[in-house]
Amino acid sequence: MPVRGDTLYAAILRSPHPHAEILSIDASKALARPGVAAVLTGPEVKAMTEPFIVGVKAPIDDWALAVDRVRYVGEPVAVIVAGDRYQAEDALDAIEVEYRPLPIELDPRTAARPDATLLHPACKSNIVHDRTFRYGDPESAFANAPHRIKLEVEYPRVLCAPMEGYIVVADHNAAEDSFDVIANFQGPFSVLTVVPRALRVAGNKFRLRTPPNSGGSFGSKLAIFPYMVLICIAAKKTGRPVKWVEDRLEHLAASGSGPHRITNIEAAVAKDGEILALNCDHLEEYGALLRAPMPGPLYRMHGVTTGTYGIRHLAIRNRIVLTNKAPVSLVRGFGGPQIYFALERLVQRIAVELKLEPLAVMRRNLIPANAFPYRTAAGALLDSGDFQNAIATAIDEGGLGELQHRREEARKAGRLYGIGFACASEPGVSNMGYLSTLLPLEARRKAGPKDGAIGTATVAVDGNGQVTVASDSTPQGQGHRTVLAQIVADELGLTPNDIAVNVELDTSKDAWSIAAGNYASRFAASTANAAYLAAGRIRKKLAAIAALSLGVSSESLTFKGGKICSLTDPTKTLPLYRVAGMAHWSPGSLPDDITPGLRETVQWNPRELTPPTENDEINTSLTYGFIFDFCGVEIDRITGEVRIDKYVTMHDGGRLLNPALVESQVHGALGQAFGATLYENFAYGADGNLLTSTFADYLLPTAMEIPPTQLLYQETPSPFTPLGTKGVGEGNSMTTPACIGNAVADALGIRDVPLPITPVRIAALLHGEELPPPAKFTSAPSSTTAATVERRHDSLMQRLFSKREQL
Amino acid sequence: MKPAQFDYLRAGSIEEVVSHLETYGDRARIMAGGQTLMPMLNFRLVEPELIIDITGIAPLAHIRMSGPWVEIGAAVTQSSLLDWSDLSREVPLVAAALPWVGHFQTRNRGTVCGSIAHADPSSELPLVLAVLGGAIDLASKRGTRTLKVSEFQLGMLTTARAPDELITSVRFPRAKKGEGYVFREVARRHGDFAIVSLAGMAVAGQVVLGVGGVAGSPTVRAFGTLKDAALDDALNAFAWEMGGHDDVHATARYRRDLVRMLGKQVIEEARACLS
Repeated sequence: MPVRGDTLYAAILRSPHPHAEILSIDASKALARPGVAAVLTGPEVKAMTEPFIVGVKAPIDDWALAVDRVRYVGEPVAVIVAGDRYQAEDALDAIEVEYRPLPIELDPRTAARPDATLLHPACKSNIVHDRTFRYGDPESAFANAPHRIKLEVEYPRVLCAPMEGYIVVADHNAAEDSFDVIANFQGPFSVLTVVPRALRVAGNKFRLRTPPNSGGSFGSKLAIFPYMVLICIAAKKTGRPVKWVEDRLEHLAASGSGPHRITNIEAAVAKDGEILALNCDHLEEYGALLRAPMPGPLYRMHGVTTGTYGIRHLAIRNRIVLTNKAPVSLVRGFGGPQIYFALERLVQRIAVELKLEPLAVMRRNLIPANAFPYRTAAGALLDSGDFQNAIATAIDEGGLGELQHRREEARKAGRLYGIGFACASEPGVSNMGYLSTLLPLEARRKAGPKDGAIGTATVAVDGNGQVTVASDSTPQGQGHRTVLAQIVADELGLTPNDIAVNVELDTSKDAWSIAAGNYASRFAASTANAAYLAAGRIRKKLAAIAALSLGVSSESLTFKGGKICSLTDPTKTLPLYRVAGMAHWSPGSLPDDITPGLRETVQWNPRELTPPTENDEINTSLTYGFIFDFCGVEIDRITGEVRIDKYVTMHDGGRLLNPALVESQVHGALGQAFGATLYENFAYGADGNLLTSTFADYLLPTAMEIPPTQLLYQETPSPFTPLGTKGVGEGNSMTTPACIGNAVADALGIRDVPLPITPVRIAALLHGEELPPPAKFTSAPSSTTAATVERRHDSLMQRLFSKREQL
Repeated sequence: MKPAQFDYLRAGSIEEVVSHLETYGDRARIMAGGQTLMPMLNFRLVEPELIIDITGIAPLAHIRMSGPWVEIGAAVTQSSLLDWSDLSREVPLVAAALPWVGHFQTRNRGTVCGSIAHADPSSELPLVLAVLGGAIDLASKRGTRTLKVSEFQLGMLTTARAPDELITSVRFPRAKKGEGYVFREVARRHGDFAIVSLAGMAVAGQVVLGVGGVAGSPTVRAFGTLKDAALDDALNAFAWEMGGHDDVHATARYRRDLVRMLGKQVIEEARACLS
């Protein structure tokens, strides 16, 4: 993005401590360094801003910059603004911070104890939310069930790791006390309201513009908002525009990962595998702060806690615990991986314990194809589907029989081979009211209803018949412009090349609402429909004008090849640009019932997204796609490596607007899911330092690590969206960890499968007791060698930040 | 992730490099491919006053046969060595190990001598050099000298290179008839630093096994003609002597397990190459 010539550049000093009091900060030496214009520290941020509002009723102390206390390694402590980034980083060393380290809490279980060190003493506990839900009669179902089968599963933190990190350019207009920001924010725009509030200006004095292109997000670029506040304050203080670009170290340390969830899940089960009731106890760890829209992952899937299954009795307990780790942010899947890793692993466990086939247990419990729309126990209204047919097709076309044959052959030869299955209901378009489910009924009544999900798009035709489209979807590489051009071209009888699409968003003059943004797989099922409806209105208006001119009824007109022509009389035809010209050049000749000009903005809201009911039922999303996966894995007895022999994934994402783009979404979600399942480990050492602070240690899968996959589709249109579309963006992030986990459990005959499934963990199961050292062996590993090797693997973050601290 | 200020010299001759090294000593850093140095600069783990770029020095760009040696100059990239048509005949173990060094993108810039100079305990080329018994040529204002690999590799990221010395070339012994070579590596992803790398060499039934990634530097042990239980015992002792370490990717115990199990496979495969 081009910036003004007098722009300053920011660098951020970050905490080397996981938990410490800040006794003093002295920036005087840094201010004396070449090029340094200003240094921002906690006391100043406290004086110039408001703390962020928190989604639960707990006095969590959250500022854009650490105030008095740091709570995780990498937390911003000071901002240096200088002539360029080099000068700013040079001066970081000169800020003197005196810390008094405090005890730390890293493990969610110990942090939850009453005697734990408190992250926010005013909260009196690290558990900042504890709520139970009950649907149907789970107690009786459990009491009377022939079998009770349970599992404890953990879903660890994972990152999004987009190519491009956060970027903020902020400017302050002192005369108006208004802010103008360019940032690659991804939404949801509901969160944006916290920024002007923190800056102590009215919402209309804070203008955000998003760039035309952004290098990926996968959820992460929601959490840029605290940096908007920080850089706005820096601009206000210096009176000049300030730019900050997050670097990779900062991103890995502090951009936020997904939450770490521990779920105790138990099913009441009939002899034939029917799940009579389900009990889910979630303890979710969110790091040091609970930033909007947290605790989204805990509630986004609430309505589909029972997945694709018709389970009528359900109990849920949701607890949130804070620890000395980086605050959690959005990650693709957003609650889905956590729900399905627990549920689908449990289905496999039920099959093992009852000596049934996993597929048979799955099929026994699936919602029947004739039951849609189907209201789940917790209130989701599943729009459409034919799960049984999708599974049958996948098994047939994906070659399950061949995999079963390979498993048989491998096992005969003494090799370790397993097959896993998983299915999921994939939500699209979040109900803006789902998070209010966390509030007790009284609090919800007081706050007023929250519901819906407005999708916004504008279609305009100029006086020469040229069409432009704008939308609220702030894409980061998903191809929204392509799809919007397709939809509008189809409506107006043009080709996609005729349509110009602009997806930049300017909050001061473009149409948007709180649901705007690029998250919750909302584009195809929300924004695309708004564009379709807006194009439909334009078409209707053009047809009405053409009908007048041609002396025919507008119903008899069709749009084709840039022309508007009569279906009955081929001589009655007008070029589209002529009709558009009439709307602009001669508005006086239009009848009163036709408004002048040709610009339609549609803000479409689906009626199915209602607020939580008195009984805490919530339709968490608008559309629910279906995913069914199976895979074969082989495990190396020596190295413990899991090799995916074949991976098959079937998606029913409703009507597919652009199959190539859907396929790229599926591949992307699969890639991230293979990473989460087998490689990625957001690891903290016992001392609270982040161990995975570079891509040498945080292992993202590369093309080399992606196994052979087969993608299959079924299209069951959604009755709730005008285009019949559903959300498809997050997909396999939800199913793949469970599918591979189940295959590994099958291969090794084990109950618990920890994520990530690393060679070391598998080898520990396979290798048994270690051979002792030989009898005459005396020299233990040379201590100097061990110490030096250990030093090398010390956290880079710690070395970097400590070095700065020592100066 | 911006480096501290430094001066940059694109050197035109070995003479120019060593005279600057004489002046600057360890306040200067040699840069060839920069695949390790550049990140270290950006992380400010090193803050040299002077960076001396040696990639433009023509006399350092050679791969040549020199008596019993293949000599590789300090400016030769890993990919140009991999592309050398005589590689698999002259030094088959290097040919087997090089594809495991990073990725082709990093091999396009990373140099053979740079990897030897950096002496990472889990990198492949120092291991291969140790197993084959190679040598390192060094130059300084004081003159030139050649060190045996055993004299050169002192420990983790530590070598016998003096601060005023430039590695001018590295020498690998040329393979002879009747020798068998095997290279194996276990890493989390292809191209990552090895958790354990193993290089085996068999000459007339006598086997030498080198292991990287476990001890502080590549460790070589002769296993002669040992077989079966005696070989298992010797490998177990070898594994315990190297010890290993825990890190975010693997445990010490896992590393020892791989030495015992894969070590045996590599030894057997190296012997099988001979028959």
